[in-house]
Amino acid sequence: MSNVLIVAEHLNGQLNVPATAKTVSAARALSPQKIDVIVLADAPDAIAAAAAKIDGVNEVLSVANPANAHPIAQVLAPQIAQVAAGYSHVFGPSTTFGKDLMPCVAALLGVAQVSDVMAVDGPHSFKRPIYAGNAIIEVTAPADQTVVATVRVASWPAAGEGGNASVRAVNVDVALPTHTRFVGLAAGKSDRPDLQSAARVVSGGRGVGSEENFRIIYDFADKLGAAVGASRAAVDAGYVPNELQVGQTGKIIAPELYVAVGISGAIQHLTGIKDAGTIVAINKDGDAPIFEIADIGLVGDLFTILPELEKALG
Amino acid sequence: MKILVGYKRAVDSNVRIQVKPDGSGVVTDGVKLSANPFDDIALEEALRLREKGVASEVVVATIAPADAQPHLRNGLAMGANRAIHVVSDSPVQPLTAARVLQKLIEKEQPDIVLLGKQAIDDDANQTGQILATLWGRPQATFASKLDVADGKATVVREVDAGLETLEVDLPAVITTDLRLNEPRFIKLPDIMKAKSKPLETIPMADLGAEPADFLTTGKYEAPAKRSRGVMVNDAAELVAALKAKGLL
Repeated sequence: MSNVLIVAEHLNGQLNVPATAKTVSAARALSPQKIDVIVLADAPDAIAAAAAKIDGVNEVLSVANPANAHPIAQVLAPQIAQVAAGYSHVFGPSTTFGKDLMPCVAALLGVAQVSDVMAVDGPHSFKRPIYAGNAIIEVTAPADQTVVATVRVASWPAAGEGGNASVRAVNVDVALPTHTRFVGLAAGKSDRPDLQSAARVVSGGRGVGSEENFRIIYDFADKLGAAVGASRAAVDAGYVPNELQVGQTGKIIAPELYVAVGISGAIQHLTGIKDAGTIVAINKDGDAPIFEIADIGLVGDLFTILPELEKALG
Repeated sequence: MKILVGYKRAVDSNVRIQVKPDGSGVVTDGVKLSANPFDDIALEEALRLREKGVASEVVVATIAPADAQPHLRNGLAMGANRAIHVVSDSPVQPLTAARVLQKLIEKEQPDIVLLGKQAIDDDANQTGQILATLWGRPQATFASKLDVADGKATVVREVDAGLETLEVDLPAVITTDLRLNEPRFIKLPDIMKAKSKPLETIPMADLGAEPADFLTTGKYEAPAKRSRGVMVNDAAELVAALKAKGLL
């Protein structure tokens, strides 16, 4: 039987609920005997309490240590590797947090990591995307080794929040390196929904033209109650910060509604949205590749269409 | 200061990947191969550190079949001082790659190892992190800015929340993100010059790294296709279409 340990992601004392709950869903697909969540933080209590509410979680292990105040992979990994003894699987979300950390856990356990699990075919067999999602492969890990994996969160629904798992403080006695120091985090401040978990996303591309023009995207997103995203071209051009990038090397998202505005639809961008429910494309170039995959397309000038849409929405 | 750069060859980013009808792999015959874009960025950053006088030597290394020499010559033409070709007939998985790179670290004693954050073929995003762990040294992944001074690197990282800054003691492993720099184009005279630069060939078995290709690959599938939907003529029609789908 499988016993799964899930590494919780958190920031500023708050659990990243969607990322963690989606990782729990992937773990449940293994039909495991138990799913435990490990929270490593300087003050883990509130985070652990939030993780305990996720459906399907048996126990939350909290590891309090001032060294865990910031997610430094080489500090967290040895603690996780020690706790991982007794588990058949160690899962983390395929966010920048999980991508940075989980290979280190795998290395300490002497195993390979399965990246971006999008489907579970068996206790050791998984589907994952390669070549920017242009091919899907099934990989099988050895049955006699711990499976360390990151979970492609866009492929999984979030587990519910009706759970009531117990929380246990765990002491981890392992030497931690001091060679890496956290200096700071410049986070975009936004009252908008989180891009990675929002039900609606409005993204702008090169066609928006400038940082100032991006106001029209933000305004329209606010009208819809949507998160804001962007293509790589818009980020490279400095219209918006990096954390808004959607695509192969940015965020992979699966909103119910995705509105691509002024985005031509490079294959690397399409990789990031192919799990969206409905894709709407607004672009002045009727031959743009985005229309090949859009459920609803509208050819025209975004600077005319978006105000009209706002008006029509009332 | 010496910088070791991982320089992988991959299917060019502009190639439209097709899964073979029998599911045995993707079509690679006659497909253009190029340096992994993130590794180009890694090499560019190393060259800039040398040009600033921070580094004195830049070594590019790859793990690839014997026909990858022109690929390494490209790295030399871009400006690397010398190249190491670890010859492996078949592709290696990240844990094996990291073990091989660790052997090269023992041999070369670099102060910084610069790698792409991921290769655009297997999209694994693991090798740098595994290498740092095996080496017992710091890692700074997804770098978008790098400053090196006084035996330390200050690295700005592109993370989901924004931009995180870490300070790491050297030696360290740093993996590159897209916006670290824009790689230079290779000039014709440099291609000529690269022909005489040192290129060392080492059969992978000779390095003594234990292979760890633990994952077996089954069938390849094409992803579920999204098909072209409907076109609407104006904003009012779009709103009506969204309402009909229950999205508004």
